[in-house]
Amino acid sequence: MSVKIALAGNPNSGKTTIFNALTGSSQHVGNWPGVTVEKKDGRLKGKPDVVIQDLPGIYSLSPYTLEEVVTRNYLVAEKPDTIINIVDASNLERNLYLTMQLLELGIPVVIALNMMDIVRKRGDKINVSKLQDQLRCPVVETSAVGGDGLQQLINQACELAQLGKASQPQIVFSQRLEKTLAQVGDLLETAGVLKRPELKRWLAVKLFERDEKLLAELHLSDTVRQRLEKMTAECEAELDDDSESIITNERYEYISRLLQQAAKKTLPTGQLSLSDKIDKVVTNRLLALPIFAAVMFVIYYVSITTVGGLLTDWANDGVFGDGWHLFGIGSGAYEAAAEIDPDADPAEFGVWVPGIPVVLENLLAAVNCADWLQSLVLDGIVAGVGAVLGFLPQMMVLFIFLAILEDCGYMARVAFIMDRIFRRFGLSGKSFIPMLVATGCGVPGVMATRTIEKEADRKIAIVTTTFMPCGAKLPIIALIAGALFAESGWVAPICYFIGIAAIIVSGIILKKMRFFAGEPAPFVMELPSYHLPQVKSVLLTMWDRSQSFVKKAGTIILLSTIVIWALGSYNFSMQPTETQDSMLADIGRTVAPVFAPLGWGDQWEAAVGTVTGLIAKENVVSTFGSLYVGLDEVSEDGNEFWAVVAAKYTPLAAFSFMLFNLLCAPCFAAIGAIRREMGSLRWTAFAVGYQCALAYASAMVFYQIGILLNGGTFGLLSAFSLALLAVFLWLLLRPEPKASQNKIQTVFES
Amino acid sequence: MRTLADVRPGESVTVLRLQGQGPVKRRIMDMGITKGTFITVRKLAPLGDPLEINLRNYELSLRKEDAKMIEVE
Repeated sequence: MSVKIALAGNPNSGKTTIFNALTGSSQHVGNWPGVTVEKKDGRLKGKPDVVIQDLPGIYSLSPYTLEEVVTRNYLVAEKPDTIINIVDASNLERNLYLTMQLLELGIPVVIALNMMDIVRKRGDKINVSKLQDQLRCPVVETSAVGGDGLQQLINQACELAQLGKASQPQIVFSQRLEKTLAQVGDLLETAGVLKRPELKRWLAVKLFERDEKLLAELHLSDTVRQRLEKMTAECEAELDDDSESIITNERYEYISRLLQQAAKKTLPTGQLSLSDKIDKVVTNRLLALPIFAAVMFVIYYVSITTVGGLLTDWANDGVFGDGWHLFGIGSGAYEAAAEIDPDADPAEFGVWVPGIPVVLENLLAAVNCADWLQSLVLDGIVAGVGAVLGFLPQMMVLFIFLAILEDCGYMARVAFIMDRIFRRFGLSGKSFIPMLVATGCGVPGVMATRTIEKEADRKIAIVTTTFMPCGAKLPIIALIAGALFAESGWVAPICYFIGIAAIIVSGIILKKMRFFAGEPAPFVMELPSYHLPQVKSVLLTMWDRSQSFVKKAGTIILLSTIVIWALGSYNFSMQPTETQDSMLADIGRTVAPVFAPLGWGDQWEAAVGTVTGLIAKENVVSTFGSLYVGLDEVSEDGNEFWAVVAAKYTPLAAFSFMLFNLLCAPCFAAIGAIRREMGSLRWTAFAVGYQCALAYASAMVFYQIGILLNGGTFGLLSAFSLALLAVFLWLLLRPEPKASQNKIQTVFES
Repeated sequence: MRTLADVRPGESVTVLRLQGQGPVKRRIMDMGITKGTFITVRKLAPLGDPLEINLRNYELSLRKEDAKMIEVE
């Protein structure tokens, strides 16, 4: 018989550690349908017929946050056999608040009293049997770090699942409230909406609270609704408060009474723990910002420039390039020699390991493989796989850092420190990290949005992160600056400024759209106690995220790379050909006029470059090189053909081209990451569509107004651009619309 | 009427009542700020907002704007 166990608990209750310990490597990570909330399940180690579903960390079962609604829907619709409720024993009062709500669902509950080691160290005492008696469900002491109590926990859960009987909860509320709840329950029974009797109490409480989601789903008749409202209003009048407050107050009062009997503290309140002392320094008014800057610098420096950068170069130029020197020995000497003699053999300078393309090329040549197949394998598939895996090492380094920050409790402080600045742009304090990382590479930048917990904020961050000029866009900037602006030093800083401006402006505009404004964003956030990050859980988190990038983003990247390769290597009669005669070139010539309002519609090469830029942004430069001057290989900034480009473009058109390429759809790898994070193709399409639309609009407005300012004649396009600018300003400055209601779908059909 | 937003760092107060309604109020209550709760204001963030408070033996941060919903003694 298969058993379904759900893990529920507050954030920071050690839920992930317990989940990891129970399931080991059998985890499956994905998103809940249609939302960016992570969904994880796995099979119990040694007992594959026991499925464990990890639920989002939540504080309550209110209808207001996505995580809570996802959890509610799962518990009610999927009806797991047992709930394991993980409770942070060092923070019992607030943790038991969720427990009280879980106990109402008619599903057997086992409580895991986690972090008991901390409680013992503090010298506090918790009377487990008293808790067990009062809550009428088994309570098991655990310490996820050492793995204590986990076996007993899972045995209890399986036993309860076999029995299949939920505990009858203790009378929690005051007599007056219980009376009304009983009335509401009976009303539901007689009205015939109670299809599952075990949900009676839960529904009664929720309807008493006027839970909008449930009211909308149950389709109560008008008479039932009126009677319900009357009962609620009567009770509210007598207890002199609104129904939600009455329930919350009485729940917390019950917990306080319970803990007075069952828990004993030795540390008087007000005394500082070690965590408090650390916090005094880290979020100190004077030191907080410098410490934050230092932490960010270290992360950026290590994961983007040094270790991460080295690993990515190794993966891209070594493993998926020509090859590399084992342990890097001999590389320096070879580079010095290659300066003088470009034909120097790298193998003479150390142990030379050839890259995958080189090995494959030799292999395919040895078996006399057809040219087209060789090209497909080398330029299509290997390049595609390389695009997926090349980013991985850098990303893994970054993921380790992010996992450490999250695990030790600093991430919450980042939001605390930065909130003031970012909320003015409608972004979360944590939006800073993806932006910073994206200046190195958009792919880990997009993946770093995972740490933002609000759905709407996270989506906005995913859409806007790649506006930041990444490392691969620098060659484009260098080309334009070199060819048309005499290598002026202001072009690059302006590009960063444009990136930041695009993020801020988009943040404001998107936040005012209905589907982002949907849920208001209360910034009421727990600042968890600091603790040492666990090596095992940090590595597991890193591994999960890396794996899901490869799986979820990999296919999209690989496929698109192969398609672009095919378009660029064949003509319409399916004959292999040079790029300038390929389908891609023909397509470029056809679509080029689309870019006429942007000033570079007469250059079909620019259209082709924009498309090849989707594989990797630096391809724009090499495509220009091969199309304009027929060069096979060009240097990073393409200085060999600056003069040609300068002759073909006006400075205005060139800047407009650069502007478009900075903001438009990022490379396929980043689009794949967006797809992975959004968890939906529709949202991915929205993100890419928005980026392209913003890029097109800004480049056009820039070019047309530039023409006007330079004494051009006022035409239809200028008028259109000015109108567009006006619309843009309106989107930016209009007042915030009212939040839309009930956009989260629910499934309480039972 | 004094609200939590007026309380200076280091001071402790008791919650009298919560104003307003909707998601923010519910969230505040869910986090344990209910009638009669004892709250100590720990500090303000470096830029003056949000604030960090201690209640029910844990640390919570909230914006001044939301703290204005909480009437205290």
